[in-house]
Formats: sequence, structure tokens, C-alpha cells
Amino acid sequence: MSALSLLVAKGISKRFGGVHALSEVTFTINHGEIYGLIGPNGAGKTSLFNVLTGIYAADGGNFIFDGEPLDRVKPNEVAERGIARTFQNIRLFQNLSALENVMIGRHVRTKAGVFGAMFRDKATRAEEAAIEKRSYELLGYVGVAKRANDLAKHLAYGDQRRLEIARALATEPKLLALDEPAAGMNATETQALKRLLQEIRRDGITILLIEHDMKLVMSVCDRVLVLDYGRKIAEGSAAEVQKDPKVIAAYLGGEVSLELKG
Amino acid sequence: MSSHRPRHVPPKVWAAVALVAAALALLPFVAALAGQAWVRILNFAMIYTMLALGLNIVVGFAGLLDLGYIAFYAVGAYVYALLASPHFGIHLPFWMILPLGAGLACIFGVLLGAPTLKLRGDYLAIVTLGFGEIIRIFLNNLNAPVNISNGPQGINLIDPFRIGSLSLARPEVILGVQFSGPQKYYYLLLLLTIGVIVVNIRLQNSRLGRAWEAIREDEVAAKAMGINTRNVKLLAFAMGASFGGIAGAIFSATQQFVSPESFGLFESVIVLSMVVLGGMGNIPGVILGAIMLTMLPEVLRYTMEPLQLALFGRVLLDAETVRLLVFGLALVAIMLYRPAGLWPSAVRKRELETPKAAPG
Ligand SMILES: Nc1ncnc2c1ncn2[C@@H]1O[C@H](COP(=O)(O)OP(=O)(O)OP(=O)(O)O)[C@@H](O)[C@H]1O
Ligand SMILES: [Mg+2]
Repeated sequence: MSALSLLVAKGISKRFGGVHALSEVTFTINHGEIYGLIGPNGAGKTSLFNVLTGIYAADGGNFIFDGEPLDRVKPNEVAERGIARTFQNIRLFQNLSALENVMIGRHVRTKAGVFGAMFRDKATRAEEAAIEKRSYELLGYVGVAKRANDLAKHLAYGDQRRLEIARALATEPKLLALDEPAAGMNATETQALKRLLQEIRRDGITILLIEHDMKLVMSVCDRVLVLDYGRKIAEGSAAEVQKDPKVIAAYLGGEVSLELKG
Repeated sequence: MSSHRPRHVPPKVWAAVALVAAALALLPFVAALAGQAWVRILNFAMIYTMLALGLNIVVGFAGLLDLGYIAFYAVGAYVYALLASPHFGIHLPFWMILPLGAGLACIFGVLLGAPTLKLRGDYLAIVTLGFGEIIRIFLNNLNAPVNISNGPQGINLIDPFRIGSLSLARPEVILGVQFSGPQKYYYLLLLLTIGVIVVNIRLQNSRLGRAWEAIREDEVAAKAMGINTRNVKLLAFAMGASFGGIAGAIFSATQQFVSPESFGLFESVIVLSMVVLGGMGNIPGVILGAIMLTMLPEVLRYTMEPLQLALFGRVLLDAETVRLLVFGLALVAIMLYRPAGLWPSAVRKRELETPKAAPG
């Protein structure tokens, strides 16, 4: 709970009927780190994202983000406070262009309302120009600038994942929460993603990363939290977690094998 | 300092604009050759264009199905009727009532929007349908104990649009040219319609327009990106309703008579058909839909009886029946062969065409 910590989660619980998706999960994410969140299928990783971003209300526990509690805050307010996310099953605005997707990400940091739209005053025109410029920059930053005017749904899978990251970055987050960004990517794309994550971190954004690709997790994450059946079973550096017998057992019992080679 | 983006409008574009302007200016006289009825039909096409564009904000941009839209048209129409007729003996000028009508319709839009924020699709359609009917039933029954709406008889002798001594209802000779009442209204409607179109285009290409489209595409993602979906949806209802109110006020001034009968469910369905058939979310498509669906029944009305006489020697089906029959068939045909509408936005069109072309 020092000035270092950006996000503190205390005793987070979430049930879906009889399923305990999350049980008393406690952890802290520091400023500027890449924090991994791993665990077998159904461990509760995505549920944690949904509770954190206000899509579901937690049944117990609370978050403190950037020094202030994040209780019963609506998803849009969470974004405003500085948490942006991507989705495990990509949720782009499919029938809008890649550029428009990112421009929508700028919504929360811009102001123009009905009157600005109708009268197009100087301030509104300047804001629109700035939104467009910044959105192009972000498309370039994640490497999909060439597809700016293509519909989101016509982008290749890897490009869609990167576009989702650009859209999230457009909201100027302090914490970027990525739900399996490497899913469906080939080795080259995953390499590029790794460099992108490191660059984002260098630019001062903290990252919370859910990922099944253990090589990626082990190579970029400073610390890793392991969930199993909604419980925290381990936390520590990638190397420590990898050797933890509980983690090995959890993964051997599951479908995904932990690649110990790193 | 000039504007930040240099604009060179080529002479060709100017020529095209001048040509269209001239055509629009002459249109009521061309239509009058076929009879004044056709000038009135042109006027209705513009009223419906305004209505359809308003509904397009809610349905086409924000993706919220609204089956009670005609209620806002009714609100605008009755506001003008009550404030500019002998019914209460109040005779306010049009330009004063127009913002009132739009404003009240806007408030009703929010009243409808607020409780339905969490509803989508079918559920929203049912609630909005009920809302539309409630407004109509109110207008039918608000004649007792205090006579506000004059009930089913409606309100008569509504003031026409006037500026000074110029009344749009009377025929008149201006600068040596003979103008009929509907012809004069045509120009007022053209002005209002162009205004509504410009505002709609600007709304679509704005921060707010993008937020509407984001909600249509994926509400959860829109929220996660920081869009206050509650406010943005309410704005869609409010803006759409305002345009309905404006169309209603001008309708009232043009017809000089309103009654609850004009605001039934069937009208809502027609306006929705204009939006869907033309091409949801695409402004030119919606305008095309409004014009076509206003014209089609009228064309049928004037052609079906002579056609039957020529073919069978007598009238087998009266014009009204044929009209509905052809109307229904046309709707079905368009939904089958052009499911994205007659003039779909580029976006929707691509969506519906991909499967075969996609490699692999
Ligand atoms: N909306 C929901 N309703 C009911 N049950 C849910 C819901 N969301 C998640 N669950 C359940 O909660 C548990 C945790 O699911 P969650 O999606 O968080 O797992 P995960 O760790 O993200 O798994 P994966 O690696 O497969 O993405 C699962 O048993 C899942 O079925
Ligand atoms: Mg998941």
C-alpha cells in the first residue's frame, strides 16, 4: 500500500450461482510493472477483469485504484479513472473502420456535445482534428496504420487484437488490462506483441496481462499471479511461480500444459 | 489565418450544386403540371424525410428499435395546433412555436428513453409501441373534464404559416409569378428539410455520432471505452424526438387540421419502413426511402384504377386495397433482394456481401 502500488485488490469474491469464480483474491500491482495473471481454463481470470472494470459487481472485497476506492463504479467511470481493457473474444466495433474504433476510444478524453456537433465551432473542429491525428498515431504505434480505413471485422485476427489495444490506449489509461492478447497469433506476431508490450510499459503504462502463452508471460512479466478455481494459489516472479508445486499440479490437472522451458 | 484544411471546390461541383438548386426551385412548378395534388405530395415527402431522419438517429445510429416514434410527431403537431388556433384563442407565430414543439417532443423523448434504457430489441420495441399508443389515446380522450385536445374531432382552423402579411395558405402572385399555397409551403419545407439533413450529417460525423454507433455495435465495449451509454442513449431519443416535433409542427401548419387519427401505429410502421428500406444509418438512403414510400402509394392511387379499367374493363379492387397490397409486396421483395436497404451505407453493404469473396 505504498505510493508504488497502482492497484490494490483486497479479498475479491464473485459467485455465479453455485460457481465460485473468485474467492478472496488479494494482490497488488505496482506502478510501471507488467503483472501477469495466469491459471487453467475457468480459473476466474476473465471474471477478475469483469469485476475490476465494473461489468459485474463483486460479492465481496474491494479495489483501490491510484489511491482511491473503486467501489460500485460503472464501467464507463472505470475507464474514466484510467483502466482500459481488451476482451478475450475480441469486441471491436465490427462495422466501423479501424480508425473510427480508435477515435471512439478518445471519447472519454474529449468534450464536444450536441451543440459542438451541430454548429462545428472552432473548438470542436480543433478537437476533431486532434482526435483523428492521435488515432492515426495510435494505429501506427500498434502497427495497423495501413488498415486505418478498413472495417474492423475485415482485419486479420492478429491485427484485430492489436487494434483493440490501440483503442484501449486511446483512452489514456494508467492501467492497461489485456485478456489473452496473443491468442490466435503466430510466433512472429507474438514476438511483435512482446515488443509492443515492452514499449507500452516504457511509455509509463502499467499492464495487467492474462495470457496462456507461457513463453510470453515468462519473458515479459515482472510478477505473476496464479489463480485456480477462483483462488490465488501463487504469486511471485515468473521463475518462482514456475517451480511452485501447487502451480504445476493445477496445470497438470488442467488442459493446458505449463511450458517449463520458458 | 484561413481554415486549417484548404478547400478547393472545383467548378464542376459548383455547377452540379447550381443545377440541383435550380431543379429543386423549379420542382413545384413541374409537379403542378400534373396537378396541385402532386405539390402536396412533394411537401409530404419532405415532412416524411424529416421524420425518417429523426427516427434514423434512434434506430439507424444508436441501434434502438422504436415503434412509437410517431408520438413525437403528434406532440409537435398538437403544440402548434393548440398555440395557433381558435381552440384556445392563442395565435403565436410559427417561429416561436417551432422551438417549443421541438423542445416538448425532446422532453417526451427523454421520458420514453429514461425507463427503457436497459431494454433492447423486442422488449424495447414493445414498450415504445405502447408509448406511441398511449399518446394517441390521450389525445383522443383529453377533451373532458377540461377540453385540451378536442378529442377525436381534432383541432380545426389552425393558423397557416405567416410572415407579416404573407400567408403561405393563399395563392398569390409574387414578382409576376403565380404561386399556389402548397407551392409556397414547398419552399419553407425545403428550407427546414435541408437544415435537418445538414444537422443529421454533422451529428453522424461527430464525437456523439460515433458514440451512438459504438453503442449500436457493442454496448459492453462502448461502456468499457468510457462512453456513458445512459446519457448518450437519452441524447439519441431526445434528438430523434426533436426532429419528430419539428416535422409535426410544420405538418400542423400545412394541413391546418390535426386529429389523433393521423398518429396511429401504422404511421410509425411506415416511417420505420422508410428508414429500414432506404438503408438504416445511411442518410442518403433514408432520404430515398422517405421519398419513395411517400410517392409509391400516390403513384398507385393514380394509376391502379385506370389500369384495371384498361385491363378488365371495370375496377375489381379499389385503389386503397391495391395500394396496401403492392406496398406490402414491395416491402417483402426489398427485404428478400436488398436486405440492407435500397441505398445501404458502405459499411452495411460490405457486411452483407463478404461470405463468397473471402478467400480460404
Ligand atoms: N457470466 C457468467 N455467468 C455464469 N458463470 C460464469 C460467468 N462468467 C464466468 N463464469 C464461470 O466462472 C468461472 C470462471 O470463468 P472465467 O471466464 O473467469 O475463467 P478464465 O480463467 O478466464 O478461463 P479461460 O482461460 O477459459 O478464459 C467459470 O466456471 C465460468 O463458467
Ligand atoms: Mg478468460
